[in-house]
Amino acid sequence: MKRFLKAFAVVAALVAPVAAPQAAGEGEHALRNGHFSFDGAFGTFDRAALQRGFAVYAGVCANCHSLRLLSYRNLLDIGLSEDQARAVAASVEVTDGPNDEGQMFQRPGRLSDRFHRPFANDNAARAANNGALPPDLSVITKARHGGANYIYSLLTGYHEPPAGVTLGQGMNYNPYFPGGQIAMAAPLNDGAVEFADGTPNNVDQMARDVATFLSWAAEPEMETRKRMGIRVLVFLAVAGFIAYGVKRKVWANLH
Amino acid sequence: MAIGLHKSEMKNPVIRWVDERMPVFTMMEKEYGSFPTPRNFNYFWNFGALAMINLLIMIATGIFLAMNYAAHTSLAFDSVERIMRDVNYGWLIRYVHMNGASMFFIVVFVHIYRGLYYGSYKAPRELLWILGVVIFLLMMATGFMGYVLPWGQMSFWGATVITNLFSAFPVVGQHIVTLLWGGFSVDNPTLNRFFSLHYLLPFVIFGVVFLHVAALHITGSNNPLGIEPKGPQDTIPFHPYYTTKDTVGIIVYLMVFAVLVFYAPNYLGHPDNYIPANPLSTPAHIVPEWYFLPFYAILRAVPDKLGGVLLMFGSILVLFVLPWLDTSKVRSMKFRPVARIFFFLWVIAFFVLMWCGGKPPEEPFVTLSRVATAYYFGYFLVVLPVLGRLEKPLKLPESIAAAVLGPKAAGAGPVPGGAAAKPMEKA
Repeated sequence: MKRFLKAFAVVAALVAPVAAPQAAGEGEHALRNGHFSFDGAFGTFDRAALQRGFAVYAGVCANCHSLRLLSYRNLLDIGLSEDQARAVAASVEVTDGPNDEGQMFQRPGRLSDRFHRPFANDNAARAANNGALPPDLSVITKARHGGANYIYSLLTGYHEPPAGVTLGQGMNYNPYFPGGQIAMAAPLNDGAVEFADGTPNNVDQMARDVATFLSWAAEPEMETRKRMGIRVLVFLAVAGFIAYGVKRKVWANLH
Repeated sequence: MAIGLHKSEMKNPVIRWVDERMPVFTMMEKEYGSFPTPRNFNYFWNFGALAMINLLIMIATGIFLAMNYAAHTSLAFDSVERIMRDVNYGWLIRYVHMNGASMFFIVVFVHIYRGLYYGSYKAPRELLWILGVVIFLLMMATGFMGYVLPWGQMSFWGATVITNLFSAFPVVGQHIVTLLWGGFSVDNPTLNRFFSLHYLLPFVIFGVVFLHVAALHITGSNNPLGIEPKGPQDTIPFHPYYTTKDTVGIIVYLMVFAVLVFYAPNYLGHPDNYIPANPLSTPAHIVPEWYFLPFYAILRAVPDKLGGVLLMFGSILVLFVLPWLDTSKVRSMKFRPVARIFFFLWVIAFFVLMWCGGKPPEEPFVTLSRVATAYYFGYFLVVLPVLGRLEKPLKLPESIAAAVLGPKAAGAGPVPGGAAAKPMEKA
């Protein structure tokens, strides 16, 4: 048993640092740590932060960034009531059809609809954004080194370019973005979004909340996954003790 | 061979009725029940069983993934995310499959390491070893094609880089690439054929695993001492001794697996693969999955494309002739004090290559991978052939029982319930 554990530990120890450089990668700047409620093996999403984060997404990000893999029904998971979620869905017009006359028509959104996309297609998005394409945010925290901390750092990281850095036309300085130049202007300003629960709406708070919301959007299964993980590991630990006891008993007559 | 009913010793009348007509129960009893196995396995001997379990897990989860996956460039990425979000326990099935690939390679790397250290490739187990290398090659092909299926950025660009390697071969190279792609770039036909082959190859692996096990049951297992069992006192029946020991290993393996799946499901992957494939935008660094990194480093260590490709394939192919490269009659490195040092250096070279493969192709990683590559091949082509003639091995123990039990061995009879370790008449 000990030797087995040792074998596994050696392999794990050797593989981990080798695989890690892939995860460290290109960031020139160490990311800021958001100390999120969902960090760690027992972490869960703070429902209030999720709802504030959704407010930030809907009020600011959604003007340019789609969230195409989510449906309005998913908002029930962050604690919105069915009526609230229906109201959110109904606030957008959705093209449906064709109807019996063969015509496409507009109707208010339903819970089963995917999130409304701000632009008809990528070309329209580029045309409206100085040639830059705002990426879809559905899995953004899984698609960037550092995940939620990257979003948090990026949104709070805008400042004047240091001496010697010449920005391209229409570009903004952000040390957390690869290359340091980002087409997106600082999206958050103090007070940009009014929080219903009275939480101070400064840039830091909004960035933290929207990073929480986007982490949930990318990994809605995270809480279920971590809970199941504990049950599975406890079960295996108990089974492991029993199996080891059985093995020792069976082998006892050999020594 | 006599015609007529098989003489079954099964007690249950129903089982006996079947067994007399089709002796699968007798076979199972013989191969997994009373099968005489050296009594001195350490936990490294778990990893064959672990690999078998892992293959079954991959096939089981893969079948369910295929039910919900759409092999089309415009649907693949979203269909995978739909599995993650809307299919019942889809996230679990996919993360098990995804991390199962990593676990499979960890397990098989240890299994190969075990074989190299204890000389399991030497006569009479050459064919057993060669079949194992075939399985390893099939696994690599399957893993590579599986990584393409989610159709993220690394899927697309990894597929582009790896398939392009074949263009290095003179005359036929470009034709092979066109055939792999099903066209003139990595596109929908590529995805379709990779999906088809990714579903097919695991069953081919299963077939070769069957041969691997069949060959194993002719020669019997090697053991940490590397000496053949000489009599019944050296072996124990597979059941219950190694079934219980394998169970312990399987549970520890499942715990490591569970930590990955539930707490770090994307740790061994690359974030870029959550960006949908875009042929117009190349990622800053294209890196393969971690288990290909050593071979990727060998590829990049050579300044010539064809040379790099040949060396990369050569790094696996050299394993096929390993049984004849190693000239030492002593199997286990336990009794080869000099070879052992060279072998551990080889293991270090392997990990250095793995590390360099994940780094950008710049100094000092290029020089480092060249040195490690040279040693990787030097170990097989120079050290093992020469050392076998020069090295003076330590004294081998008289028998397994003598080594395990010490002076008690003289009086020790066969293990209760054990079968004699006589050579098998037929498989």
